[in-house]
Amino acid sequence: MKQFGYSINPDRQIDYDLTDKSLLSFIVSFEPSLLSCISCGTCTATCTAGHFTDFNIRRVHTLLRRGEITTLKKEIQKCMLCGKCQLACPAGVNLRNLIRSIHVAVEKFNV
Amino acid sequence: MISEGKKRIWNEYQKEIADDHYFYVRSCVRQNFFPGSEKTFLKIMQHELGKDVYENPSHTTCTGIGYHSDIVPFETAMTVIARQFALMTEAGYENLVTSCITSFGLYSEVLETWHHFPELLQKIRMHLKNATGREFNIPKNLAHASDLIYKFRNNIAAKSTNRLINKQTGKPLKAVEHIGCHYSKMFPSKGVGGAEYPYVLIGMIEEWGGEVIDYPERRHCCGFGFRQYLVMANRGYSIACSRKKFESMEPYKPDLILTNCPGCPMFFDRWQYAISEMEGKTYGENDHGIPVLTYEELSGLILGYDPWDLGLQVHQVAVEPLLDKIGVQYNPLEKYQGIDHKDLGKPNMPSILKFY
Amino acid sequence: MGKSVIIIGGGIAGMEAAARIAAMGKEVILLEKSDQLGGHLRKWDRLFPTRRKSDEVFEYLSNGLNDKVTIRLNIKINKIKKDDRHFFVILEDGESLKSDALLLTTGYDLFEAGKKEEYGYGIYDNVITSADLEAMFRNSAEIKTSGNQKPRRVGFVHCVGSRDEKAGHLYCSKVCCVTGVKQAIEIKEKQPDTEIFCFYMDLRMFDRYFEDLYYEAQQKWGIQFIRGRLSESCENPDHSILVKVEDTLTGRPLKMTVDLLVLLSGFVPSSDTNKLADMLGLLPGSDGFLTPVDEHFRTNETQVDGLFLAGTVKGPATIENTITDARSAAISIIKYLEK
Repeated sequence: MKQFGYSINPDRQIDYDLTDKSLLSFIVSFEPSLLSCISCGTCTATCTAGHFTDFNIRRVHTLLRRGEITTLKKEIQKCMLCGKCQLACPAGVNLRNLIRSIHVAVEKFNV
Repeated sequence: MISEGKKRIWNEYQKEIADDHYFYVRSCVRQNFFPGSEKTFLKIMQHELGKDVYENPSHTTCTGIGYHSDIVPFETAMTVIARQFALMTEAGYENLVTSCITSFGLYSEVLETWHHFPELLQKIRMHLKNATGREFNIPKNLAHASDLIYKFRNNIAAKSTNRLINKQTGKPLKAVEHIGCHYSKMFPSKGVGGAEYPYVLIGMIEEWGGEVIDYPERRHCCGFGFRQYLVMANRGYSIACSRKKFESMEPYKPDLILTNCPGCPMFFDRWQYAISEMEGKTYGENDHGIPVLTYEELSGLILGYDPWDLGLQVHQVAVEPLLDKIGVQYNPLEKYQGIDHKDLGKPNMPSILKFY
Repeated sequence: MGKSVIIIGGGIAGMEAAARIAAMGKEVILLEKSDQLGGHLRKWDRLFPTRRKSDEVFEYLSNGLNDKVTIRLNIKINKIKKDDRHFFVILEDGESLKSDALLLTTGYDLFEAGKKEEYGYGIYDNVITSADLEAMFRNSAEIKTSGNQKPRRVGFVHCVGSRDEKAGHLYCSKVCCVTGVKQAIEIKEKQPDTEIFCFYMDLRMFDRYFEDLYYEAQQKWGIQFIRGRLSESCENPDHSILVKVEDTLTGRPLKMTVDLLVLLSGFVPSSDTNKLADMLGLLPGSDGFLTPVDEHFRTNETQVDGLFLAGTVKGPATIENTITDARSAAISIIKYLEK
């Protein structure tokens, strides 16, 4: 292969038809309350980890919904399971169990 | 697809295109990229259609490349364009036709600016007068050269020796049409057919017997984008744009890509080679690429001109498969011969993309 | 002779106002341009948020029209004149109708979705409007694509022609969000295997029980909401539709194939309203809808003495609000007539 001094930029566009939703279905079966999320960001506003790292549980969850899971395992390590997000959530999402389910899922699916 | 729906939109975007007597301004780059195209345009207009097209050797760049690369300020661009108008006025012409899409876009932008800010027009008149002593009239009609080929597509069809029909199968050839961004995205009403479903190239393809492919990334830019390409480190962005389009059009198995911009055919043509070298991927049949033509080159083929006179030997993607489908007569041995059989030299062969 | 009222527009507002005014003993002439009463209501199957059959509302409205109401269908108005005390509505055939008060209930038109060229309505077979989908519900038909297949995935586009400077309509049409959510649930009820996505900018679930419907859509039916406005839709080789949107909550562009794309067309002032406003010298508001004298206290009166407005002629409204507004107009008109 020839070297031209540049490579082809990867596409940032989420191709929803191709992304992997098997992890999502598995997690929803553990914690269906995540379907009630209204994307308000209250969880992220109060998140202890989110104030000192780039952890954004609202965005991590939204990416999971789109089937974008490559960074999931790394991201989810940043949570300290303090439970403040769950206390603040206005939609009744069980966030601690969601995060625990994600931990189980990334191991099971070897993401 | 409901073709009536597209026709309804096309009817809403019909622009006035002058019938004769044009002052022609060339592109900075097309004579390098596709050296036969502008010559072919003049030959068709003057000799096939008997139109009066005049060009003045002292016309310059419109500065569009510099303008879009943030090097040339707008006021400078306007003054340079005012000088082209002065040359047009001095030669007694009122209709201006540009070879380049970015020139067409910039001329349209300047005219629109002057329309809304007449004081700026006065200022530019003064600048030009001070700098060159020249005065000018605003053109009565501004067209892109593809508008003229579109306007006279029936006359060209009437004189044609070839059609966009597969000689072997008798079926229409499938064409992707790609419009330069600066043709109508800025001013939809200045382009034949508007911006969402431009008709200018579709009109030619349909008139000459071909079938148009409407593929999902039809509207996406080729990726040239001036400052993206000009800086080598940014070329990964440029090539990614073209690849996105190739991937989207590939399932439709197009026989050719038709363009009306200086940059788009250049990048569609060259990037197919670069992608084949970088990723081993080709988009045509049997390791060929998808041939990319300018509208002048295609008009020339339809009129039966020799493909090597049209400059098709400088394409990176081999055009021979297309020529064979159309049934164009050509001598492969003359591919790399210039005027008076001068040897042009043969390029190195790509490692994957099939070339002759 | 008793006093009389002419009502122009036989939709929900016109029918309810006619019933209320007639119930208070005044003569009403109800003029309608089409060959039936009920306006847009007749095109609905079930209504949000109650899921009541639209026909029940129509039946209620029809039952209110007693023998004091003269219904005139297929009417074309040529001119409207006014002297000190009376309105004269002159029809196309020259007939002149006289009344003491005039009520405009000429409603709205649906935004012509084809004007958003980039969405491909009228070009791509599988792009339809919410009104087209409602017609499928009304005919009790299975929801199918142009290729007569059950759609595996359906997309709803919110704000088509609303909140859109390029479409010439900066305002929110209010009821499209809830219409989309109602229709999404109905598709799931009929065909539970369908995946549904709503592409929205803001979900404006402003009225009572609307939020519950949104909650049900997410929790019970798994309908997904992606915040972002479509930039364009395109046709795939199999005639399914590829939509492009920014998934603004992940900050990434996103594309997705849907088998059917439903455009939630907004409200625009009806073409008849514009014509009548011209005849009557009424100045529309910045959004093109007609405006009462005072938007808090005199919500049905106009600058012209004896001329009243009710319903969606004043802008987007729910059916519930339209009925209430028609009753309010009836009270104002009776008060005016008894002055």
